[in-house]
Amino acid sequence: MKRTTGGLIVTLTAVLFATVLVGCGKQADEPSQKAQLEGAAETKPLIVYSSRAEHLIQPVFELYTQQTGTEIQFITDKAGVLIERLKQEGDSTSADVFITVDAGNLGYAAAEGLLLPLQSPVLEANVPAHLRDEQNRWTGLSLRARTIVYSTERVVPEELSSYEALGDESLEGFLCLRTSKKVYNQSLVAMLIAEHGEEKTQKIVEAWVNNLAVAPLSNDTKVMEAIVAGQCDVGVVNSYYFGRLKAKSADLPLALFWPNQAAKEDAASGVHVNISGAGVLKHSKQAAAAQEFVEWMASDDAQAIFGGVNQEYPINPAIAIDPEVKSWGEFKASEQPLSQAFELQPAAVKLMDRAGYH
Amino acid sequence: MSTSPANNAALEDRSAAPFEALNAGSRAGLVQRLLNSKAIWPVFLLILCLPTLLALGSVLASLFNLDTETLAHLLEHLLPAALGNTLLLVFGTATCSAVVGVALAWLTAVCDFPLRRFFSWALLLPMAIPGYVMAFAFVGLFEFSGPVQSTLRSWFGSSSWFPDVYSFGGVTIVMSLVLYPYVYLIARNAFQTQGRRSIEAGQSLGLSPVKSFFRVSLPMARPWIVAGVLLVVMETLADFGTVATFNYDTLTTLIYKSWFSLFSLPAALQVASVLLLAVVVIMVIERRSRAAQRYSQSQHVSLASSRFVLSGKRRWLAVLFCTLVFLFAFVMPSLRLLSWAMPNLVSDLNSHFFGYIWSTLSLATFATALIAVLALLLAYGARINQSLPTKFAVRISTLGYALPGTVLAIGLFAPISMINHWLQDAGIPSSWLQGTFLIMLMAYGVRFMAVAYSPIENNYLRITPSIDDAAHSLGLTGLQVLKRVHLPIVRRGILTAMVLVFVDVMKELPITLMTRPFGFNTLAVRVFELSSEGLWQRAALPALAIMLVGLIPVMLLIRKTDQND
Repeated sequence: MKRTTGGLIVTLTAVLFATVLVGCGKQADEPSQKAQLEGAAETKPLIVYSSRAEHLIQPVFELYTQQTGTEIQFITDKAGVLIERLKQEGDSTSADVFITVDAGNLGYAAAEGLLLPLQSPVLEANVPAHLRDEQNRWTGLSLRARTIVYSTERVVPEELSSYEALGDESLEGFLCLRTSKKVYNQSLVAMLIAEHGEEKTQKIVEAWVNNLAVAPLSNDTKVMEAIVAGQCDVGVVNSYYFGRLKAKSADLPLALFWPNQAAKEDAASGVHVNISGAGVLKHSKQAAAAQEFVEWMASDDAQAIFGGVNQEYPINPAIAIDPEVKSWGEFKASEQPLSQAFELQPAAVKLMDRAGYH
Repeated sequence: MSTSPANNAALEDRSAAPFEALNAGSRAGLVQRLLNSKAIWPVFLLILCLPTLLALGSVLASLFNLDTETLAHLLEHLLPAALGNTLLLVFGTATCSAVVGVALAWLTAVCDFPLRRFFSWALLLPMAIPGYVMAFAFVGLFEFSGPVQSTLRSWFGSSSWFPDVYSFGGVTIVMSLVLYPYVYLIARNAFQTQGRRSIEAGQSLGLSPVKSFFRVSLPMARPWIVAGVLLVVMETLADFGTVATFNYDTLTTLIYKSWFSLFSLPAALQVASVLLLAVVVIMVIERRSRAAQRYSQSQHVSLASSRFVLSGKRRWLAVLFCTLVFLFAFVMPSLRLLSWAMPNLVSDLNSHFFGYIWSTLSLATFATALIAVLALLLAYGARINQSLPTKFAVRISTLGYALPGTVLAIGLFAPISMINHWLQDAGIPSSWLQGTFLIMLMAYGVRFMAVAYSPIENNYLRITPSIDDAAHSLGLTGLQVLKRVHLPIVRRGILTAMVLVFVDVMKELPITLMTRPFGFNTLAVRVFELSSEGLWQRAALPALAIMLVGLIPVMLLIRKTDQND
């Protein structure tokens, strides 16, 4: 009895493993078989390392395959892990393109020497200069706005003006923030440092901390839920999280406020924006094809869906914004070069630690 | 029937011995002789621990190049609080998991009360819930804007008296709810294999169930309980997802902050080295404390006839306790996940989804089989050759569990890339190694060896040296002793190990993410993809599936170990 059970387990395991191996082998073979059938060397698949989630990039990749016949293979992981992995793989890497969110991560990858400087009239034409690396080692592909959200029941928009003013005494005990560990807040503070210098920025952040109604929350949705529940009145979120919450229950007493829109110097810097973006890897064995793909992602066809699937804004200002996203209001975005987000991020993190913003 | 299986096996085998001796001259005999010789084991075990050694080495190598700037910042502003938080959390979680786990294990293994059979497997289920999923469900229910406090406010006008969820208490409860099964499973195994003699001895001395628990069962189960708690401690130290949900800063938080926010992997690895050091200290203390004691118990007889049949109030208290734990640790998060999963159920339950289940299941099955075999060989080798190299190999092999998964994954990746470069220089295509299941399984082995080794090693305590002597005198040699004598006695330990590893591999994320082949998705990867984008509702379905798939080995284990009851 015992022996048969043991035998059964061994057999089952062997069968399972064999199936996995065969399955894997099949997956690996498919593209090459296709390539043989079509008899073209061009259709070698492009390999993408991405920290942008699968369901956000796959529709874009499928469209590319449909239009050009080039297969895209990809893995997803956290940005920092992918960068480390690429560093360790060095010139033996099979990856061609790196996609991630946040200019800080793109800057980090570039600073580590992983990305290839591109000469690309297409990118220069489609992507505003402040949303690209100076040497074109990376380019933005979608724009995400980090803005103020408020309770329409307890706040009138006239009470709000800028990120800096969230530290005003009138808001003491009414502010909710997400944890400073999230890169969105780190780049927001990095850009404040770029504008005001460390000393003044630290005062601003300390004033925020002083105004907090509750300890920093773990994500943007929680900030909005806390406002709805009456725990606080004002918060800072990425606009697409607002869109998602609204999609679930349209009549939530929440609205977005676009800060720093003043005409004059003070508080005129515009809404803080960050990007998701991509770069071609230095050790790519098919850099030309990889560049073509990145350029395509900045083109009209791809832009229509790249940011749209997540209710973000297109990187190219000429592309129409999704009507619903547009209904949240138009705004002037900050035009500070995003490359500073990487340079100043460590300073921003340390500053928030000193200010007691955790 | 009263003879132990070990003796039975040994007796049966007496006739086989001369036949084996005839074989000795052949080639197979040579291999066998090699395996049977004690000298080969240190070499074998050292090879076995090599991947772990390389991974730990690449973490510790960071100490040669201190990032003083980042470390100074951490030290001044974050480290003291994080260290305090970590110690508190480890202490709180270890205590709660130990109390709950041991109490439940003793009740279901030694006592009899209504629904005992149901609880004995049901109480294991929370293990299959990833910590951060439990955290998210728990926080969502009990925070200010959650349904519980909202309802309280609608009844009483205010919920300000409600304890803050984002607190030490909140994290400790959630951590204990997902981690107590480790103690429960291993302690239960101890109580089951203590045999009825000890209980009968207690009963004959007039000890009540409670007294018998404290005077007999508990002291005799000590190494098992400590081993379970040690796994809980390591898991707590390595956790990131759960504490992040609570925004509760620990040493792991600092590791992630240094790496991902301050862009300093060296500083991250240096903090990780501190963590590693702490675990080594704890392990050494644990070894010292158990060194002098013996826990052998060769009598291995069904407990059925000598269970304490609880009566009156005690009976219902036992039911109430089990029910409460089951409600909070399993029913509550499952219902929460179910309510999230329902709206997308039809659209998400497609062929892709069954693909994820299949790859999860097959991966976990194979990894489990492999790791269980390796852990058994490790425990066997450590038993027959107690030299310094074997002890070293065993300690190293079980250290992989203490590091945050991401750190271990990147530590492992360094030697993998190195080998890959060599292969490429030698003209072998780079795809040969990277992104293959070979690397994936090796990495799982490094991470989960401790989980498999602990229960098996503990059951080895049940085998007295005299049993080995008897086996040898009956003509059994080397691996035959393992197969015929040890295996039947440590069987429960192996099954326990397999369940723990299976469920852990299913939940595992950083290694899976980093080593998987293109297009290979597991359920845990799906949960990660969706939850990292804040799509918790859609992440609920794969999370539920992890729990359901985790049910399979749990059921098999309980059927196997309770079949005599």
